[in-house]
Amino acid sequence: MKIDFRLNGAAIQVDCAADRRVIDLLREDLGLTGAKESCGAGECGSCAILVDGEGKLSCLMLAAQLEGREITTVEGLASEGRLHPLQEAFVEKGAVQCGFCTPGAVMASLDLLRRNPNPARAEIREGLAGNLCRCTGYQKIIDAVEAASKIMQRRERP
Amino acid sequence: MTQVLLPRALDELWDFLEEDPNTAVYSGGTDLLVNLRGGRINPSRLACLERIEEIRGVRDAGAAVFIGAATTHTHLLENSLVSSEFPVLTKAIRVLASPAIRNMGTIGGNIVNASPAGDTLPPLYALDAEVEIVSRKEAKRMPVSDFIVGPGRVRLGANEIVKGVWIRKAPEFNVRHFEKVGLRKSQACAVASLAAALSLSEGGKIERARLAWGSVGPTVVRSAEVEEALLGRELEIQMLAEVARLVERAVSPIDDVRASAQYRRIVAGRLLLRLAESGCKN
Repeated sequence: MKIDFRLNGAAIQVDCAADRRVIDLLREDLGLTGAKESCGAGECGSCAILVDGEGKLSCLMLAAQLEGREITTVEGLASEGRLHPLQEAFVEKGAVQCGFCTPGAVMASLDLLRRNPNPARAEIREGLAGNLCRCTGYQKIIDAVEAASKIMQRRERP
Repeated sequence: MTQVLLPRALDELWDFLEEDPNTAVYSGGTDLLVNLRGGRINPSRLACLERIEEIRGVRDAGAAVFIGAATTHTHLLENSLVSSEFPVLTKAIRVLASPAIRNMGTIGGNIVNASPAGDTLPPLYALDAEVEIVSRKEAKRMPVSDFIVGPGRVRLGANEIVKGVWIRKAPEFNVRHFEKVGLRKSQACAVASLAAALSLSEGGKIERARLAWGSVGPTVVRSAEVEEALLGRELEIQMLAEVARLVERAVSPIDDVRASAQYRRIVAGRLLLRLAESGCKN
């Protein structure tokens, strides 16, 4: 079936099976390999994307559900050759080791910061509760989100 | 390939369900799509309910509040009417799965899934919630405790769906408590949970009590014996420890990968002790 939606800011039409999982559509058909599949069952968060600005798991969505939606993947965060402040903070704070969970953690952090622009560390932990990382021990990820929240708030103020 | 339908109104949904009775409905998909992929279900078509406005959102109906079945957990968590009238429900949703799952999963899905560990269910039982069931021809209501008959089993006929849930406002309940015991803090299925709504007199005596336990029986457990034993008493640890023994007899847990039946039985009783800390607070 033909499905029309916006992907990382641009209108797109795909022609695929209605029940194709969004993670497969993104990775295999569209070549956007940022979102990762790990558990395939909604427990690890590595496939997180934004749908109409809200963090969702692309392994638990079917392509048909994208109709008319605004999708953001980690590939859509950098602009004008510059990384998003969250991505910069992940690099700066050493929040990336193997990197497999990173795109999902970044997308979950965006969802958190949209709802709560200045979260306490405990709130960051809660916001990232659905993103498993086997390398970092989480502290550096929390450091990165905390640092990014400060930078993002400063940029939003005139 | 399985066809995926996106009805925008209930009338459209009824047409789809009548065309092919083997059409499975879902909203968040956090359970259905896992079961589909695992080959445990094999519907001929899927109908996603997330775009049907009639079954989304929270509506103040005066003496009661209606919550549409396709309302996400996140929406409920951020809704001030829900958190002011039914803080026990908000407390349970706060520890339900993870943010992304709460952005997707819905209260209707939690009810129809009827897992004994469904986190919204103990609050809904403690609040005496009623489920509204609709088909093309009729709408009816029944207590959630009648609607759910066993693990994954509900009283839902062919071509019927849950439209939402009705909860009566009950400001007289001035203690609202929820606690879940899991194997980790987040993203954990309940080993045992307790939702409690109590009404304390000015002198601190329990005038009304509604208690519901999750994960310690085939469905959520309420016990008239336990609730009656609390009446006229003060929220004090010794009394609660006595009543905890009745709780241990009232529940019927099983052994599974997360915990033994015996552990669950003890925890179900001990969860009651936390009420001593509640005093007159929310």
